[in-house]
Amino acid sequence: MQAAHRLDTTFAALADPTRRAILARLASGRASVTELAQPFAMSQPAISKHLKVLERAGLISRGRDAQRRPRRLEAKPLAEATQWLERYRRFWERRFQHLDDLLDQLQPNPKKPGDRR
Amino acid sequence: MKSTATLQLTAPGEREIVMTRVFDAPRQLVFDAHTKPELVKRWLLGPPGWSMPVCEIDLRVGGKYRYVWRHDREGTQMGMGGVYREIVTPERIVNTERFDEAWYPGEAVDTLVLVERGGRTTLTLTVRYESREARDAVLKSGMESGVTASYDRLADLLASTPARGRA
Repeated sequence: MQAAHRLDTTFAALADPTRRAILARLASGRASVTELAQPFAMSQPAISKHLKVLERAGLISRGRDAQRRPRRLEAKPLAEATQWLERYRRFWERRFQHLDDLLDQLQPNPKKPGDRR
Repeated sequence: MKSTATLQLTAPGEREIVMTRVFDAPRQLVFDAHTKPELVKRWLLGPPGWSMPVCEIDLRVGGKYRYVWRHDREGTQMGMGGVYREIVTPERIVNTERFDEAWYPGEAVDTLVLVERGGRTTLTLTVRYESREARDAVLKSGMESGVTASYDRLADLLASTPARGRA
């Protein structure tokens, strides 16, 4: 139950593109809230809200430096969650590749990319 | 430009899995591939080594569908089916799904949405489970390993304890 709940908050945290971008940024090193807000057209409070969600999910934590309180990535829960998603994704991706092949066969004139309306 | 299509998969909210993928085909064709049994059988396959001998589709609201996959070597079977709740040709299908051997609790509801732009079709499939536990059980199983593992378990059970009743 506890584990299921954690997984749920992790998946919910990962479902947002801004939060995924923040995680990608943190993957290359620690950053303060101001630094994290820079690439986004978003206010600092809005970014802080996203950071809170990530923190609750255990995906990031705060550094010791009291002034900057840099955020850093917590790798383990992220790796767990993405592993599960990735295995499931691969199963469906293989099916969809079969569908690609079928759709190719069903279209009488193989078209060049971009030459359709 | 071809083969840039990759499957986006997210698990937003509490009970959903959402898949998005682009196909290089008009949506009527993608719709047909989901609704004509002779086409469905050619792509909606299980893990390698499984075929799909049964594919029955009664495409109307309240109509049923039934799929059965079969492991060609071992002969084990896996079936699932459900009822169509909404059909808007060629853009939207809502149906229920339930596996014969329940490997997640309850029934799920699938919503398929097809959007065509410039001759390409974006498919969005949302699977909504009855509970967070069911959704997470599916994700944890990885689908393929969950399905095969459950049959491995069943095979073990049948082989090792022939006298015992159903688990």
